[in-house]
Amino acid sequence: MMPTLDFRRDHLFVAVLALLVIVGFFLPSWMRFLIQTAMASGLVALGVMLQMRAGLVSFGQGLFFCIGGYAVGLLAAKAGITDVALLLPAAALAALVIGLVLGLLLSRYREIFYAMLTLAVSMILYGLLVKAASLGSTDGFNIPAVSYFGFVPDQAARPDWSYALTGVVVLAGCLGALAYLRSGAGAMLDAVRENEIRLSYLGTSPRVLVFVVYAVAAVLSGLGGGLWAISSGHVDPEMTYWTTSGQFVFVALLAGRGSVVAPVMAYFLLELLRTYALDIAPNAWQLILGSAMLAVIVLLPRGLWSLVARART
Amino acid sequence: MSAPLFRTIGLEKTFGGVVAAKDISIDVMSGERIAIIGSNGAGKTTFVNMVTGYLTPSAGQILFDGHDITGLDPRQTAQAGIRRSFQIAQVFAEMTVLENMLIALIAGQDGRPSARAAITPERIDIARSALDRFGLSVIADTPAGTLPQGTRKQLDIAMAAVGDPRLVLLDEPTSGVSADEKMAMMDTAIAPLDASGATILFIEHDMDVVRRYADRVIAFYEGTVLADGNVAVVLEDEKVRKYVIGDSHA
Ligand SMILES: Nc1ncnc2c1ncn2[C@@H]1O[C@H](COP(=O)(O)OP(=O)(O)O)[C@@H](O)[C@H]1O
Ligand SMILES: [Mg+2]
Repeated sequence: MMPTLDFRRDHLFVAVLALLVIVGFFLPSWMRFLIQTAMASGLVALGVMLQMRAGLVSFGQGLFFCIGGYAVGLLAAKAGITDVALLLPAAALAALVIGLVLGLLLSRYREIFYAMLTLAVSMILYGLLVKAASLGSTDGFNIPAVSYFGFVPDQAARPDWSYALTGVVVLAGCLGALAYLRSGAGAMLDAVRENEIRLSYLGTSPRVLVFVVYAVAAVLSGLGGGLWAISSGHVDPEMTYWTTSGQFVFVALLAGRGSVVAPVMAYFLLELLRTYALDIAPNAWQLILGSAMLAVIVLLPRGLWSLVARART
Repeated sequence: MSAPLFRTIGLEKTFGGVVAAKDISIDVMSGERIAIIGSNGAGKTTFVNMVTGYLTPSAGQILFDGHDITGLDPRQTAQAGIRRSFQIAQVFAEMTVLENMLIALIAGQDGRPSARAAITPERIDIARSALDRFGLSVIADTPAGTLPQGTRKQLDIAMAAVGDPRLVLLDEPTSGVSADEKMAMMDTAIAPLDASGATILFIEHDMDVVRRYADRVIAFYEGTVLADGNVAVVLEDEKVRKYVIGDSHA
């Protein structure tokens, strides 16, 4: 029962993800870095997935990924603030503020208009960053090594620290998203998708719910961007380019809406697939990606997670 | 002397050149059970849409419990205690019947973001007993989209009844239901609403249903109120018989 709204057991899957994160710590460094960037990006895909529950496709989620990344980058590289205890909250806050302002406008729109507006705003930021020569234009800029609550790990230990930071924040992000989905505002997202008029007549404003989901997704994506910037030590405008946003949508579709960990795990699968596909058939990568998408949409309209959900019941 | 729970004063709605409602002035006392009759296009749904804030009246005023509620939106009228069901059932098709009721409960009480889980064992109990009252328990776990039209309408009414609203407007609760099921349908829908003390306005085409369940009738004709009063009197009214009920009933 309750195939759509029941998230009571999702804590279990976050625990499984936590175990995988710990296992990942002992994997070869290339693989571990793959997991790390996949987790950071997965947080953005999770933001896209939350909006999809309300029937809304954000084709510009890269906007907040980029805002989070540049918030970290600017503070670390230009303002000399290099501690994660300040950088990550700044990434989340910058994304939240922009999200609240844009949310006022976007919460009025639905369907293709929502998709196109989110895309448009993200491309405006892209255009601005490309013009900003002081920020490296299309090349972006590098970010100095960061400290962890005052502690500066030595060169060799840095990857361990940034991996651990990413794991902890992404898990916290998943738990936050889960608490949101289980709250009234989150539980009603499906109702927004299905029948807004009915929902208003029951005493709730669909527009407020859309405003909230947009802001929640913005924060998650801002954190994802901040983590990605810390992990890679670099930011560039590509973070808010439409192909990046498209990838978040791709992963959210691939994953399905059934669990908060699904987009994170799906992002890792995608990165793995990409790595091996590029190795084995460098010119067929797009072909493989497209076929995978086609297969999921046709065979598993509720995404890969429906395989897990089916195994459960 | 008690004031009316609900009153409309000179309510009017025009769509471009079409006058869908004109000079509708009605007083409704608490606890009344009123049938609204009128042929298709008479303006019945438009009236319900104005009262619930889906449409803004072109002129006139709506008072509920002494407050002016003209111009409020559906969310606000719902919060004020006015709920409705729909001519074509409006349910969340992909959700189960129980989930539909849970959403109805949450939407009325818990719209703000909070850290608390919305679907609690208590809420599930409340939703289940509400389904029980409307005779829908056995299909609690059925997706609403797979239900026959009549059952879907019952769910729609059950959702409208959540939170014990003071005024419930039912738009053609028995349309799309087979003739021999109409009475049973009204029995299951009206009894729990009555028990909660709700004032009920229902739009109805079947005069047998009207006679059995209403204690007052308002007849609409071309956007105006043709007659308003005691059931027997209105149904015997010459103009009502001619313009609303039609010759087939004469
Ligand atoms: N949204 C609308 N736009 C234009 N005309 C409308 C609209 N809604 C209703 N009408 C017109 O108003 C009149 C009354 O319609 P309605 O209230 O639906 O009638 P009823 O419910 O009594 O069958 C009809 O002539 C209808 O065509
Ligand atoms: Mg009608």
